[in-house]
Amino acid sequence: MSGPSTYVPKSAIGRWFESRLPIMGLVHSSFVVFPTPKNLNYFWTFGGILSLMLAVQIITGIVLVMHYTPHVDYAFQSVEHIMRDVNWGWLMRYTHANGASMFFIAVYIHMLRGLYYGSYKAPREVLWILGVVIFLLMMATAFMGYVLPWGQMSFWGATVITNLFSAIPLVGESITTWLWGGYSVDNPTLNRFFSLHYLLPFMIAAVVALHVWALHVAGQNNPTGVEVKDVKRDTVPFTPYATIKDGFAMVVFLAFFSWFIFYVPNYLGHPDNYIDANPMVTPAHIVPEWYFLPFYAILRAIPDKLGGVIAMFGSIAVLAFLPWLDTSRVKSASFRPVYRVFFWVFVICGIGLGYLGAMPAEGGYVIASRILTFYYFAFFLIIMPLLGLFETPKPLPASIADSVLARGGSASAAAAGAAHAPENK
Amino acid sequence: MIKTKLSLTILGLATALVAGPALAAGGNTKLPERQPWSFAGPFGTFDRAQLQRGFQVYREVCANCHSMKRVAFRNLSEAGGPQFSEAQIKALAAEYKIKDGPNDSGDMFERPGRPSDKFPAPFANDAAASAALGAAPPDFSLLAKARGYSRGFPLFLVDALPIPGGAYQEHGPDYIVALLNGYSKADDPNWNDYMPGNKIAMAAPLADGAVDYTDGSPKTLLQYSRDVSAFMMWAAEPKLEERKKTGFRALAFLLVFAGLLYYTKKKVWADVAH
Repeated sequence: MSGPSTYVPKSAIGRWFESRLPIMGLVHSSFVVFPTPKNLNYFWTFGGILSLMLAVQIITGIVLVMHYTPHVDYAFQSVEHIMRDVNWGWLMRYTHANGASMFFIAVYIHMLRGLYYGSYKAPREVLWILGVVIFLLMMATAFMGYVLPWGQMSFWGATVITNLFSAIPLVGESITTWLWGGYSVDNPTLNRFFSLHYLLPFMIAAVVALHVWALHVAGQNNPTGVEVKDVKRDTVPFTPYATIKDGFAMVVFLAFFSWFIFYVPNYLGHPDNYIDANPMVTPAHIVPEWYFLPFYAILRAIPDKLGGVIAMFGSIAVLAFLPWLDTSRVKSASFRPVYRVFFWVFVICGIGLGYLGAMPAEGGYVIASRILTFYYFAFFLIIMPLLGLFETPKPLPASIADSVLARGGSASAAAAGAAHAPENK
Repeated sequence: MIKTKLSLTILGLATALVAGPALAAGGNTKLPERQPWSFAGPFGTFDRAQLQRGFQVYREVCANCHSMKRVAFRNLSEAGGPQFSEAQIKALAAEYKIKDGPNDSGDMFERPGRPSDKFPAPFANDAAASAALGAAPPDFSLLAKARGYSRGFPLFLVDALPIPGGAYQEHGPDYIVALLNGYSKADDPNWNDYMPGNKIAMAAPLADGAVDYTDGSPKTLLQYSRDVSAFMMWAAEPKLEERKKTGFRALAFLLVFAGLLYYTKKKVWADVAH
């Protein structure tokens, strides 16, 4: 935040209200005049897209809950009731289910943007850690949400993952029984997952508010990684520049989202979840939803149960330490040619782990998972600390404005400049 | 130099991934063929006549063992399905006996069905079905969505794309048609080429001439299996046509809106070097 708001309401009522609750000033300083680097690319629109997706999930979720019954004997049928009998129920359900996948696609791109451009480095460490907290909350929310339809994958996925807690030494079994509300995944488990699934998105919203606040204190990073030096030369006001760009990106994302909702709504799901949960019949392959697959692969790569659990949670916890693991003074990978290679290998490693997470844990798949898990951790714990010490980065531009001019800016800017010149005389 | 290293890494990993097995199931299980469905693709619709024939197959053959407890009689007269007339559905429902009650004396009783009733099950519960048949036949209402097969890497990526042959969501019906035509061993009635593990509790339920079609369609096993699979797809996704129609309108709106926003964005940014 660049100090108190400069907003002065035009109407008397506006001034009366503003002096009692300065919310219009807050919106004005945060989203209208907020100085935004002018060289941001479209990877910076994913924050807005994520906020949109959180709103979509909350709204569709609240409507779904009006028709859903959180009891083991009625849950599956209530979801079918939504799909068949509730007006536009099929749309609410498919939007919510595919919306979860879209939320994760957006969050992975958003996080990879942070990794590539060094957005986790000083002074944005707390911003990044808040992001890790949001990611963890999202994973918990999605996991519990998937259990609610009470299909075969819902039940068995819940059984596999809740059983992991029994790996904790001494207190593991007790914790698991306490979590289940019984001696296996059953009605108490479904009920409490329903309660928490409704609660967590509002906690996510609160942490998102902190996340945006932390962002506004430091200001946005940008593709050069060079901080804003001169507000007039390097930045533009958020409205209309970032507003219209974010708006465009959101609509394109909605079109991508709509393709899934309306034409391939079950592509990202698993057919087994259209079968009622049956504790007596185990599916041939128990797989989580695609966004959990890399972590599932890491879990199964370690031959020991507790070791696997530690590795899986560790793979997310290590993200929180990123600002201190990366020793490079240069933020953006645009100027770090060696880091860039390791980054892209990391991306392929993540995709590879995702593929392996869907495969049975046998033979060559396990060997490959171990190699890729090793690279995953090596990237954060070995490569990032060492690279900063040994890499020679490319020379940085003097400022954002200089890097824009060096790139030639935009042709229309040059033409507009020429057209305006006579007026300025 | 960096680019070559990167491309080599990508190539190496890609080869390793593609070399993986394309078959989803192990052993002797075959992968189903893709059938030509009228409801496939972004502009797909159900063929009313096919759905009506499929319902006839369900009623005459499958309903003896398989329940369809999430589908109501009235669904058969709604838009987007077989679209029987309301009078036909009233008459159809009345042919069934539905358990209801308790009445004022506290007894359960049977009454003729109404359009709002769901299809009654042939057996009281799974245990009764298992006792009679050896295994409990799965309910038909969602079976077309509850079955599928994996096409392996990289075909499964292509399945989502908006290209000819993409937007592939008919894994279930394709599997069912293959299964019904997959009883390849005359001496082993429980052998099926497409069932994972090759052993299926159900012996071949259909054969040429089993159902008497009155609209002139061929009375062949392949025709019966396609018709009943299409009917099962409707039973699983009664809103399919409405979904695809709404999708067209939504996507058309969003694409026009995106175009307008794009040009507005360009105009707004025209005077800023970026």
